[in-house]
Amino acid sequence: MMTANTAMILALIVPLIGAVAIGLLGRWPNIREAATMITAVTLFGLVIRVLLGLTGGEFIYVEWLTLFSGVSIAFNTEPLSILFALIASGLWIVTSIYAVGYMRGAGEKHHTRFFVCFAIALSAAMGVAFSANLLTLFIFYEVLTLSTYPLVTHKGDDKAKAGGRTYLGILMTTSIVFFLPAIIWTYAAAGTLDFTLGGILEGNLAAGSATLLLFLFLFGVAKAAVMPFHRWLPAAMVAPTPVSALLHAVAVVKAGVFTLTKVVIYIFGTDYLAGVPYESLAVYLAGFTVVAASAVALRQNNIKRLLAYSTISQLSYIIMATMALAQLAQIGAVMHIAAHAFGKITLFFVAGAIYVAAKKTEVSQLNGIGLRMPWTMAAFAVAALSMIGVPPTAGFVSKWFILAGALEAENLFVLVVLVLSTALNAAYFLPIIYKAFFLPETEAPAKDHGEAPLPMVLALCTTAVLTLLFFFFNGPLLDLQMTLVGG
Amino acid sequence: MVTHLPVLIVVAPLLAAPLVAIMRGGRWPWAVATLVTWFSFLCSILLLANVSTYGVVSYALGGWEPPWGIEYRVDLANALLLVLITGLASVVLPYARLSIRQEVGDEKAPLFYSAQLLQILGLCGITATGDAFNVFVFLEISSLATYALIAMGRDRRALTSSFSYLIMGTIGATFYLIGIGFLYVMTGTLNMMDLAERLPEIQDSATVRTAFAFIVTGISLKLALFPLHLWLPNAYTYSPSAVTAFMGATATKVAVYVLIRFIFTIFGVPFSFGQEPLAEVLIPLAIIGLLSASTVSIGQPNIKRMLAYSSVAQIGYIVLGIAMGTAMGLTAALLHMFNHGLMKGALFMTLGAVAYRMGGTNIEQMRGLARTMPLTFWAFVLGGLSLIGVPLTVGFVSKWHLILAALELGWWPIVVVILAGSMLAVVYVGRVVEAGWFGEPENPERKEAPMSLLIPVWILIAANLYFGIDTRLTVDIAEAAAAQLMAGGSGS
Repeated sequence: MMTANTAMILALIVPLIGAVAIGLLGRWPNIREAATMITAVTLFGLVIRVLLGLTGGEFIYVEWLTLFSGVSIAFNTEPLSILFALIASGLWIVTSIYAVGYMRGAGEKHHTRFFVCFAIALSAAMGVAFSANLLTLFIFYEVLTLSTYPLVTHKGDDKAKAGGRTYLGILMTTSIVFFLPAIIWTYAAAGTLDFTLGGILEGNLAAGSATLLLFLFLFGVAKAAVMPFHRWLPAAMVAPTPVSALLHAVAVVKAGVFTLTKVVIYIFGTDYLAGVPYESLAVYLAGFTVVAASAVALRQNNIKRLLAYSTISQLSYIIMATMALAQLAQIGAVMHIAAHAFGKITLFFVAGAIYVAAKKTEVSQLNGIGLRMPWTMAAFAVAALSMIGVPPTAGFVSKWFILAGALEAENLFVLVVLVLSTALNAAYFLPIIYKAFFLPETEAPAKDHGEAPLPMVLALCTTAVLTLLFFFFNGPLLDLQMTLVGG
Repeated sequence: MVTHLPVLIVVAPLLAAPLVAIMRGGRWPWAVATLVTWFSFLCSILLLANVSTYGVVSYALGGWEPPWGIEYRVDLANALLLVLITGLASVVLPYARLSIRQEVGDEKAPLFYSAQLLQILGLCGITATGDAFNVFVFLEISSLATYALIAMGRDRRALTSSFSYLIMGTIGATFYLIGIGFLYVMTGTLNMMDLAERLPEIQDSATVRTAFAFIVTGISLKLALFPLHLWLPNAYTYSPSAVTAFMGATATKVAVYVLIRFIFTIFGVPFSFGQEPLAEVLIPLAIIGLLSASTVSIGQPNIKRMLAYSSVAQIGYIVLGIAMGTAMGLTAALLHMFNHGLMKGALFMTLGAVAYRMGGTNIEQMRGLARTMPLTFWAFVLGGLSLIGVPLTVGFVSKWHLILAALELGWWPIVVVILAGSMLAVVYVGRVVEAGWFGEPENPERKEAPMSLLIPVWILIAANLYFGIDTRLTVDIAEAAAAQLMAGGSGS
């Protein structure tokens, strides 16, 4: 039996081996797709092995080499990172099934390149998850940006190029101009970058400077899409839908909020951060993003753009809850990483299924589509309810904790934002469900159609079911995450 | 043999140069020149190993003891640079065979390789010597060889570029010589260590201060510090590809080294930064150069020219590090000197491969490169990422130390400038990559560059990644070298 350390390192390497295999098997599409599946399943198995090691109290730490004195490329795991790794690798399996149907159904080209880049992106996501210090994390964060660029610009037309420019432009700029100096500054102050429970800055950095540092991180990690550096996410919607689903609803954006949560808990430390002046500004900014992005989503007609703005809003939930520095709210934040992942990937799957089956991309075209694609739209309904936070869906669980945390800390602002955004979410999701099931089709579609290809329907039903299951069976995850706040 | 290492690096190419010149055809001159540079490279590595174990190596030329005779004096800083120069030469020369046959032709090849050897030995000589006048001699040898090499470019504009570099370079060298003259008048010595010993007593005199001004200005011309960089873009653009690759990677670095030697070892930090307003002069120039050259490079239709402007910008980073006047800043400067040599060498060689197949290096010729010349294209992408300073490349290591040094001084605006430079690099590199990735090639047939061009390119790309990941060697040496230099003439 391999050790958890080996499994963790293999989790970084296996997707890369998969990428090479996929590249070599390009001429035989079916075998190539099988390679993707095998890689995804193997990866998930490895992450499970790491999880067992973590819960079993194994010592998990691997150091590769020292980059600068006191900073190495090193890996370890803790509850938060295993959660991120589990979600990303688990949903990769589902997405791979979905992608096979989508890429063929939508008539996309360059399949081999697509699956190769996808595998590399997953390796980078694993690297982000298992980083033992900020520099290692930064390296994989950048690899994630670069490896997803060919995916975003996959179509290669002018629109894709423009989207790619915005994508790379914002993510690279913020990471170099804000994130990198924040890291170097942290290193200069603390002499280390290791993720340490309770933080490394206490006693090393004046509280006033810490305010600036906090905002360098907040803006630098633009993958979390806090306004005003959120525009790359709608721009990334030019990508094929499987990319939007796994990367821009789960792996990439969650890497952003994951990084920020790590920074709050393991670099600043919650107690130290509480003493940093104007820390609440971060809460306000995230709260503003929640409401503003929802308001923008309300006015979108393109389904994927609507979902993108909804993602921006939901990501800031997590940040707001983390920055509110109440224990329960932080638990809620972590739970929301998982809850939002299941719901949002379902929604994107649905958007892609509608595109492949009916060639429709706009909300206004969806009248009566629920009768033609009942499974798809039912899954949409479940996921949309989760976004709003209605039981029995995943979104309710995390919102419950965030709400409890806000009450515990008597944070009226967070409370108001939660209520307001719930109303807004309902306002843009419920009409779609209503249209799909209760309004008659305005005109008969050019081509009679039913559900999308089977792999796609299978995938989106799976994630919808996961959204429901998460409501009932979140106990183990909750227990694991409680250790983060020492509960 | 070990005791003779410093001089062997210089003498071997010096003996080979005339020999090569009288040969016929392209093959033999090339083979001899390549072997000789490999020998020099080997000597440099041994020398670096020797210096890092046993400390400074001093070699009395012809057995005449310093300060009367000429001394070759190698500490960590110049040992590192010698490895860079000879290493780059060892990679560029095998590459030059095909590239030069196409761009210069076999009938001129003997002269070319002879001039190339003279340039290499000139740069090595400047680096190895411990004598201020000897620096001038080698400066002239390398410069004259360089003028000839530039003039061999295919484009007729190579001639005017060479001529304007000749004018500017001669002015620079003359300024340097005037400065040395003043110092000799005041101290009666030309040996660097001897100068360092005698200068503190008379440093208040106007003559010494004038000498300082002349020397710094003269060298600044050679290292292409803004606004004395005007010779550089044309010289780089119109030279043969192999010449640009070697020159772009090493020539300005050697001038930077001389500047460092004078500021830190000979005049010393208290004089240079305390008594003279060196930081106040260098910092604004470095910043303006960095930002303006980066901006200008964005609009260049010729990618070789674009990288030439980028070189001017990168010099800005190095000078910033020097101008900080701290050990950390100097470490960053030395690191970037080495690292920038690796990245620009790789990038210019990549462009040479493009020129070999496509006939030029304009942005139109880069279109669709990902399909027609994938290996060349990916080499450019990786080299470009290194230039931007993405982690796991040498560019990141440089940037990390430079920012760390700026933070140590609390110079936040400088941090912003450094980062802004990176952003501009994203734009100008991104532009080429976008053309290569999305562009439609004129002729979609695959025509990858030949192996003898690709292998040297990828060796340098591998070095860019290797030294970006395993930083022990470069960072440790740069730190130790900086400590030696900060101690001034008394330290070693």
